[in-house]
Amino acid sequence: MELVCPAGSFPALKVAVEEGANAVYIGFRDATNARHFAGLNFAGEQLSQAIRYAQDRGVKVFVAINTYPQPRGWSSWQNAVDQAADLGVDALICADMGVLEYASRRHPGMALHLSVQGSATNYESLRFYQRHFNIRRAVLPRVLSIQQVAQVAAQSPVDLEVFGFGSLCIMAEGRCMLSSYVTDQSPNTGGACSPAQHVRWQETAQGLESRLNGVLVDRYPEGAKAGYPVLCKGRFEVQGQVYHAIEEPTSLNTLELVPKLAEIGIKAIKIEGRQRSPAYVKQVVRVWRQALDQFRVAPGDFEPKARWQQALDKVSEGAQTTLGAYHRPWQ
Amino acid sequence: MQLSLGPLQYLWPRQQVFDFYERMLEMPVDVIYLGETVCSKRRELNTGDWLELATHLAGRGKQVVLSTLALIEAESELKTLRRICRSEGFLVEANDLAAVELLAAQGVPFVCGHSINIYNAQSLAFLIRQGASRWVMPVELSAATLSDILQELAGQQLQVETEVFSHGYLPLAYSARCMTARYHQLPKDNCQFICMDYPQGLPARSQEGEPLFTMNGIQTQSGAIYNLLDQVPRMQAMGVNLVRLSPAPSGMEEIIQSFDAARRGEAVQVDTSGATCNGYWFAEPGMIFKSGASL
Repeated sequence: MELVCPAGSFPALKVAVEEGANAVYIGFRDATNARHFAGLNFAGEQLSQAIRYAQDRGVKVFVAINTYPQPRGWSSWQNAVDQAADLGVDALICADMGVLEYASRRHPGMALHLSVQGSATNYESLRFYQRHFNIRRAVLPRVLSIQQVAQVAAQSPVDLEVFGFGSLCIMAEGRCMLSSYVTDQSPNTGGACSPAQHVRWQETAQGLESRLNGVLVDRYPEGAKAGYPVLCKGRFEVQGQVYHAIEEPTSLNTLELVPKLAEIGIKAIKIEGRQRSPAYVKQVVRVWRQALDQFRVAPGDFEPKARWQQALDKVSEGAQTTLGAYHRPWQ
Repeated sequence: MQLSLGPLQYLWPRQQVFDFYERMLEMPVDVIYLGETVCSKRRELNTGDWLELATHLAGRGKQVVLSTLALIEAESELKTLRRICRSEGFLVEANDLAAVELLAAQGVPFVCGHSINIYNAQSLAFLIRQGASRWVMPVELSAATLSDILQELAGQQLQVETEVFSHGYLPLAYSARCMTARYHQLPKDNCQFICMDYPQGLPARSQEGEPLFTMNGIQTQSGAIYNLLDQVPRMQAMGVNLVRLSPAPSGMEEIIQSFDAARRGEAVQVDTSGATCNGYWFAEPGMIFKSGASL
């Protein structure tokens, strides 16, 4: 299985390549991708250098153009597609039907991958995208149990890529508007979930408060580790109970599913984290490279090492990991 | 301009559903959407029941559209979807591209629900060419975006009916996890249909007591009711064909009557006594409410 790694910056990209990524995925420094955060992503000369750096070392480069243009912005997305094609990247990761249509007609030789933002959770949806836009691969939303992933894989007309590690989206990707309900930007519209300019931290008598556009997302007692205020990880009050109504801060970790994923024919494992540091990328890619190499050498014997799990826990949200929806009882 | 009743988002007891639609027959709603769009575990009405109800309502003069599941994860759900898409005599609303795939293959016109990501004229034109005869704008999009899309479409001389979600708790997200079962510490696979205890969802507030979200099983809705009543004249001017009102367990008649009055040009006022929002329409955060803003 291919190891597809996030690169939000040139240092992160270099580290991903060094630690053994088979492919890296990047975005342009604008709203055409779903990690549109200040200080992140690539433009200009650095963009071409980064692509050359990876490709010279046999590592593929995928460009995410996976947000949904509205009419006024359309030409930016069209230009992004053209620019990525001119730069000779290995694939575009797209979601919007108009963008997919444009890319497939204008650049028929360019490989198109369906982003998780395309929200395809079943093989009929995959057939739709494949038939009309000739996608070669699709990234599955993190809403399927491992049995359901197997069913999709058995009938899928395209290769499948699944998230193996990183921050966990609780809602079906590509159709989540929690962020825009509170801040006016969603991953679809602005390329951001819980955009940073709306985040505030405040020390109060009741503890450290995290707010998103003024809405209290969580309160942390003294000494507790505070997480970035994402609405699906907040603590809310439901009929008098205050708890993580949707999910606790946690990261996805499917290391123990590697043999099963290989068995069902998954083509690639995706590591989440373009907004994370080079140190994160180094740690995660190193562990996953070791794990996948170990699996290749001795597939019948695969057991995630304790030190791998510990290394991943250290860079996980809430310092804990979960199998998420892959594991039925989580649902 | 027509009034539509969107698909019932909640799980109500069987008799309550039948009683509700019987009352709706007397109301000035033109189009009624029927079917389960949230959770395939819900069984108060099965597919056959929905089809029978559809026939009954259509026989009494309403345009009936069969709606379908937004989040499709299982083979059994695809089977149900295929059955609905094959049923004759009714328009079907696609809420996932699986349904678009099936309906386009049959060469029949269909509706694109607000869970189909149509954010620009290119995507809409593409779907019209596949057979879409009506689309419901994604709820997070604004009047400005709608206007731009409709203008571009007019330029290409493409025809489609436009529907706008105009009253009710906004569907914001879908998950594999059931939030209602989670609150009761029940696993989804043994949920005991606990969402039936909440005929209009289970409110989740911030720790400061502000309404934030409404949990409806695997669906998360807004904590405030979206209400575009005072935008009806503007929508008429823009060429919006249908305004969608989402079924509520009480007060539905009043809601319908206020929108009926609005479309007939009568002066109306938005009831903001409960948590109310309209931010998305104005390209603002969804949760806010802007009053007095018009053309």
